[in-house]
Amino acid sequence: MALLDINDLSVSFRTNDGMVQAVNNVSLSVDQGETLGVVGESGSGKSQLSFAIMGLLARNGQATGSVRFDGQEILNAPPKILNRIRAEKIAMIFQDPMTSLNPYMRVADQMAEVLTLHKGMSRRQAVTEAVRMLDAVKIPDAKGRVRLYPHEFSGGMRQRVMIAMALLCRPSLLIADEPTTALDVTVQAQIMTLLAELRREFGMAMILITHDLGVVAGSCERVAVMYGGRIRETGPVGPLFAAPAHPYTQGLLGAIPRIDHEGDELSVIPGSPPNMTHPPAGCAFEPRCLYRREDCACQRPALEEFAHARARACFAPLDDVLQRRPPQAQTTTQGGQP
Amino acid sequence: MFAYIMRRLAVAIPTLLLLIVISFVLMHLAPGGPFSHERELPARVLANLNAKYGLDEPLWRQIVNYVYGIVVHFDFGPSFVYPDRTVNELLADGFPVTLTYGSLAFLAAVLVGVSLGVAAAIRHNSWLDYLAVGISIGAQVLPNFVMAPILVLIFTLWYRILPGGGWSFSDPSFWIMPVVALATSYMASIARITRSSMLEVLGSNHIRTARAKGMPEHRVILRHALKPAMLPVISYLGPVFVSMITGSVVIDLYFSTGGIGKAFVESALNRDYAVMMGVTILIGSLTILFNLVVDILYAWIDPKIRY
Amino acid sequence: MVIEQEKMQRLATRMVEQEVKGRSPWADARKRFLRNKAAMAGLVILVLVALFALFGDMLAVWSNEELDFSVMGQVATMGAPSLENGHYFGTDDLGRDLFSRTVQGTQISLMVGIVGAGIAVIVGTLYGATAGYVGGRTDQFMMRAVDILMSVPYMFVLILLLVMFGRSIAMLFLGIGLISWLEMSRIVRGQTLSLKNREFIEAARATGVSTWKIIIRHIVPNLLGVVAVYATLLVPLMILTESFISFLGLGVQEPLTSWGALISEGAGTMSYGTLWQLAFPLFFFVITLFGFFFVGDGLRDALDPKER
Repeated sequence: MALLDINDLSVSFRTNDGMVQAVNNVSLSVDQGETLGVVGESGSGKSQLSFAIMGLLARNGQATGSVRFDGQEILNAPPKILNRIRAEKIAMIFQDPMTSLNPYMRVADQMAEVLTLHKGMSRRQAVTEAVRMLDAVKIPDAKGRVRLYPHEFSGGMRQRVMIAMALLCRPSLLIADEPTTALDVTVQAQIMTLLAELRREFGMAMILITHDLGVVAGSCERVAVMYGGRIRETGPVGPLFAAPAHPYTQGLLGAIPRIDHEGDELSVIPGSPPNMTHPPAGCAFEPRCLYRREDCACQRPALEEFAHARARACFAPLDDVLQRRPPQAQTTTQGGQP
Repeated sequence: MFAYIMRRLAVAIPTLLLLIVISFVLMHLAPGGPFSHERELPARVLANLNAKYGLDEPLWRQIVNYVYGIVVHFDFGPSFVYPDRTVNELLADGFPVTLTYGSLAFLAAVLVGVSLGVAAAIRHNSWLDYLAVGISIGAQVLPNFVMAPILVLIFTLWYRILPGGGWSFSDPSFWIMPVVALATSYMASIARITRSSMLEVLGSNHIRTARAKGMPEHRVILRHALKPAMLPVISYLGPVFVSMITGSVVIDLYFSTGGIGKAFVESALNRDYAVMMGVTILIGSLTILFNLVVDILYAWIDPKIRY
Repeated sequence: MVIEQEKMQRLATRMVEQEVKGRSPWADARKRFLRNKAAMAGLVILVLVALFALFGDMLAVWSNEELDFSVMGQVATMGAPSLENGHYFGTDDLGRDLFSRTVQGTQISLMVGIVGAGIAVIVGTLYGATAGYVGGRTDQFMMRAVDILMSVPYMFVLILLLVMFGRSIAMLFLGIGLISWLEMSRIVRGQTLSLKNREFIEAARATGVSTWKIIIRHIVPNLLGVVAVYATLLVPLMILTESFISFLGLGVQEPLTSWGALISEGAGTMSYGTLWQLAFPLFFFVITLFGFFFVGDGLRDALDPKER
């Protein structure tokens, strides 16, 4: 049985402009100790997916479907049940360490409260444990710094604090929502290495949410590519990167600068992500797609398995996509990819 | 923190001195001296009067004397209109009354306003929220001088259950209407500010982190949301304090409560500059002191300020 | 009663952001404003009140100073509102027509509010823009002065001024305006600081345009959104201040009148059963304040919508 089983999860928000569908019918699973990457542009619904799992959607948000953790249904579960799982079984680190830590509390208090809450420790024990965890995430002089406020840390150090805080209860699943987006490139690499080490050490499963395929390549076993609130392609990292089977994945991979392909022009996907207030009837990627066909605009492709452990949602013939043969007629207006 | 307090004090004290000097100079710029009545006084009498009140000395000397009197002896000098009374006596008569209903009104406005605002934010879009929003929108057009007659109309003229004026330290039924009239509109503003800042905080990232820790919601609110949500409220307390003192003038006038407001309005109508200045300076000092307390409170909550 | 400084600050930040992106914040704002029911209701109320102030005199049968001898001495019974004798709103305690007195009170209160808010906004904008643009020591000194002035109990100083220099309407305008520019100047300074280093201002500087001209031509127009919202929300505050002073009998002098003075009179005589003397001025006072609040809030929400 998978550790986390997401089935047909949809998330929508009530706004002044009507309902916005952020996530549509997503099904995913994560095994014990496994790392799953969820990739997509901003606005693809990947963060809302993670909030929905933890029951942290904004007030106007609503989730349907099913999320089972260790066999227990946790989607829309009562707070009592959720609060026993949050931090203790599933922990989360957030995108922006600047604002995600409470600026009005000392780091010691913010960390200690997790342990006093879930493990019934005294404050003193909890602070000692917090210091130990800060040491584990390689914060120098953890003992002295634990008394500081978040604004007295640098961005990278703050994210380390955030990670240490998430690991306090040794959760079996860590959801990392763009853990490196707000950081410098050099710090990004440090944080990712740290996460990989800690994951091995604690034997955690991890869902890594990012817009950065490079990060996924280095640290994940499986990937799910999201676009317009839906999963477009899933598969093990190696095969998926080697032979992307969805035009969008191809576009994303084309947009990564690679050292070994020097000289190649960095391609971008023309157009911009869909407006989710009025989602298109067909495939949301259709307006930007090089392989688009007539029925793409009115029919929605389903996610279908096409090889072992690999699935994609696209009408274009698999071979055309794999061999990068977009229909000629359409490429003229778009220019771009060979 | 100590350094911070010292720095605030270093601003507060010159401010106070400046206030005294400015009001004194203003008084001297005013056309006509305090003794220019309709009936012209004989020159000798005028000279005597000026000598008695020290008005024949050079201006800087007068200022120094005046400031010295206030700072060292807490003495605001004699009243110009009632020669047998000092400003101190006039102020001492009214101050306890003003202080009593003023602090009650302040407490009521803060406690009720904050509770209402927090409750509305927690139960966002519920009937409680709509009620709180309705009250706070409605009450902002009910300043003290509108509330006072309405309260009297209802509770004194129609239902005859509360005295329509006067003051007694031993009978709280005299306190009710002054306190309510003074507090209502500020209570509403505080509720409004609390609600919107609480809503903002509850939607912020660090509250999401707190929720992700598996804390029960009430603990999230008490431990993580309340403090930051109070910051805008705290910075509004200074203006509330000033406006309430100002509003006490209306209360004293309308309910004949006999606080310092009455002395102020009478002195304004009589052109008794000494009393007016005394009141202005007393209130200015209280304001500056209060702002100091507010600043310290703010710094205590927000660690980024104490540097 | 309060202008929420935090929200104004956020609006200011947003306006600068939009400016940088080269998008006009006004385009969508108009649509949002027109859709806001409370704001539209407020606007309609304000238009009606303004029409009342401008053309009310034409409907009045009596002038505001005329004493109606037929009701004098028996105001409580004869002076009630009536269409027959032309006292639509009844008469005041002396037998003067309350309708035309209310028209006049409305004129004066609105005028004090608008002129006062105008003065406050102009002084605050220029002061803040200058401090922010010039920067350095001047800025520090100017803003420290604002800090100090903030802790002055201004109502008392204003009354002090009114008593000393005579209670003229001009003095009232000036006094009320001059005490309310402080917050405005802070916000404008902040916004100026963030506008200061934008390309178009550096370009102006590079071509040798004088500081003063840059402030007036380039900085001030970019502050328009904040200024408009602030001004709309300041008007009711000014009206409140004036009414407060007039209620104490220290504001406008007879035969002129204002809402505050009329409310004060009405409140003084209500125990004789002449409730209309309180009700009519209070009604206009209350709906006008509501009108300005709704329009001001609506304008702010239109320019700085919550969901982005």
